[in-house]
Amino acid sequence: MGTDPAVVLEVRGLRAYLYTRWGVVRAVDGVSFALREGETLGLVGESGCGKTMTGLSIVRLLPEPAGRIVEGQVLLEGEDLVTKSEAEMRRVRGRRVSMILQDPQTSLNPVFTIGDQILEALRLHHPDGESSLAARAEEALRRVKVAAPEQRMRAYPHQMSGGMKQRVVGAIAVAGEPLVLIADEPTTALDVTIQLQYLALLKEIQARTRLAMLFITHDFGIVARMCDRVAVMYAGRIVETGPTRALFRAPRHPYTEALMASVPRMEGSVARLPSIEGQPPPLHDLPTGCRFADRCAYVDDRCRREYPPTMPVGPAHEAACWRIEPSPPSR
Amino acid sequence: MLEDRAIATEPLIRVENLAKHFPVTRGVLIARTTGHVKAVDGISFTIGRQETLGLVGESGCGKTTTSRLLLRLEQPTAGRVLLDGQDVHALRGADLSRYHTRVQAVFQDPWSSLNPRLRVRETIAEALVVNRRVTRTGKLERVEEVLHQVGLPLSAAARYPHEFSGGQRQRIALASALAAKPELIVLDEPVSALDVSIRAQIMNLLKDLQARHQLSFLLVAHNLATVRYIAHRTAVMYLGRIVEHADTESLYRRPLHPYTKALFAAALPADPDAPRDDMILSGEVPSPIDPPSGCHFHPRCPFAMEQCSRVDPALKAMTPGHAVACHLY
Repeated sequence: MGTDPAVVLEVRGLRAYLYTRWGVVRAVDGVSFALREGETLGLVGESGCGKTMTGLSIVRLLPEPAGRIVEGQVLLEGEDLVTKSEAEMRRVRGRRVSMILQDPQTSLNPVFTIGDQILEALRLHHPDGESSLAARAEEALRRVKVAAPEQRMRAYPHQMSGGMKQRVVGAIAVAGEPLVLIADEPTTALDVTIQLQYLALLKEIQARTRLAMLFITHDFGIVARMCDRVAVMYAGRIVETGPTRALFRAPRHPYTEALMASVPRMEGSVARLPSIEGQPPPLHDLPTGCRFADRCAYVDDRCRREYPPTMPVGPAHEAACWRIEPSPPSR
Repeated sequence: MLEDRAIATEPLIRVENLAKHFPVTRGVLIARTTGHVKAVDGISFTIGRQETLGLVGESGCGKTTTSRLLLRLEQPTAGRVLLDGQDVHALRGADLSRYHTRVQAVFQDPWSSLNPRLRVRETIAEALVVNRRVTRTGKLERVEEVLHQVGLPLSAAARYPHEFSGGQRQRIALASALAAKPELIVLDEPVSALDVSIRAQIMNLLKDLQARHQLSFLLVAHNLATVRYIAHRTAVMYLGRIVEHADTESLYRRPLHPYTKALFAAALPADPDAPRDDMILSGEVPSPIDPPSGCHFHPRCPFAMEQCSRVDPALKAMTPGHAVACHLY
């Protein structure tokens, strides 16, 4: 294998809570993972499992005033982002870590032209040389394959299709040549044939820039296509992490297993789909034991009493379940 | 599971050359019509009893307009929708109120389709009150019956929609659709707003309900795997037209139309080792205001020939039950 690429982002024991009038929502409740240069890590889970909050915590854009990081570290090239001031974070966002959100409609300002919005991002990264900026902006649009960029510069967001807008968002996100790109369901609002175009584009940008990507999604098809490794999140915690192929071939956490089984397939038999009955526990009222216990087919007393430790189950593959026998990590 | 459907001679729904064009106007005081959005542009299909027809395609292909035409929420520009041989848009009086009990709908978003101010039993009973004259006890009995059928506890009747999760709300929407004992339920993206683990629950429920109550479904969806699981037959739409129409298994085994192929290639299988026969289409779906000449798909089609831009291909049966509109065949 040789030496692995350098770790650019490491999240350690991150807890981010939302303080609401219904109580404390433990959206991110002890999440750890590392992201290497040029790698794509998929963060998979259902709505409300805390995957978006994890992304927002990394760029320190939790909803104000309810959201707060209460514990843990977000190390970007060894530097902790959690302790940075807002002024310092402004120099991190876009330049070192960027984020693409689900809905391009809300990411772009409707009253400014596309050109203005790209120029604004570029100005931040290249404070000198105003003269070359317009050319750079056109170049940025060309890189995300927007046709006729010189005309598009003068267009307003409403004049563009959803796929085109998401390309512009992508252009803005990578304009500052960040190390890490957090993509939060970037294709959910797009049609399938447009989704495929966009995913191919992200891969292309990554190949060129060695960008590390955190890909937040609930779609296992996208995971299979895009990700080198996968982290499965359930009720605020990562329950299983592993290389994509290993996780699809031999999922070890009962939640991962059940979730994969419940995805309808494009081939093979169409017998009755196995479904996971019930629903996740509310994040403001979590059980002490394993959070999946109530829906798990293999549950026993210990699961309800104590949260299981994360244990290795294979090369770079680990899961948090009491059914896993503690054994020496395999090679 | 697909073979036990009843095959009746006259289909429940017969759609003939159905079209819906929306005028595009310019000017505020003196509006001039400058063009038409051809949302649905001459389509025909049937839905048999206890059969599910899947309608797939990307946004703007006309699948939702088609479902709205079936629901009488739109008047067709041309063509007819026949329910048991009767033109639904010509129904009046008693026939019309009977239509409203026979055809029901469940929509995509269970957050906006339920009235937040009504208790679940009121939402469900509303469907009964509007459509049938029922006694008070008869009403409550029916509410309990349909709640049971969709797998909700009886205690749900006294609660409000906000107390339920997305999957449970979709069950409530189904319960109120079932209350009037319909024959056809139009399902417009019934699971796409739900989480993966909940989708399977609702899809299984739909199949159970169909078998138990001899229901027919028109399933409008963009997720091909969902359609494969529920629909007996599938029609693929592109810019207001049906480009391919077949038994679901036959379509999924051997898609013929280049657009269907591209759509299938874009549906990413949940398998890291799946073959990647990418057919990345260039460009986007053109505007339905001024659709391309000939075959609407020709500007994006990798196999486009000279005649494709001139001649509009007709649906041609390739094998029994598998028709395609393409000059390649």
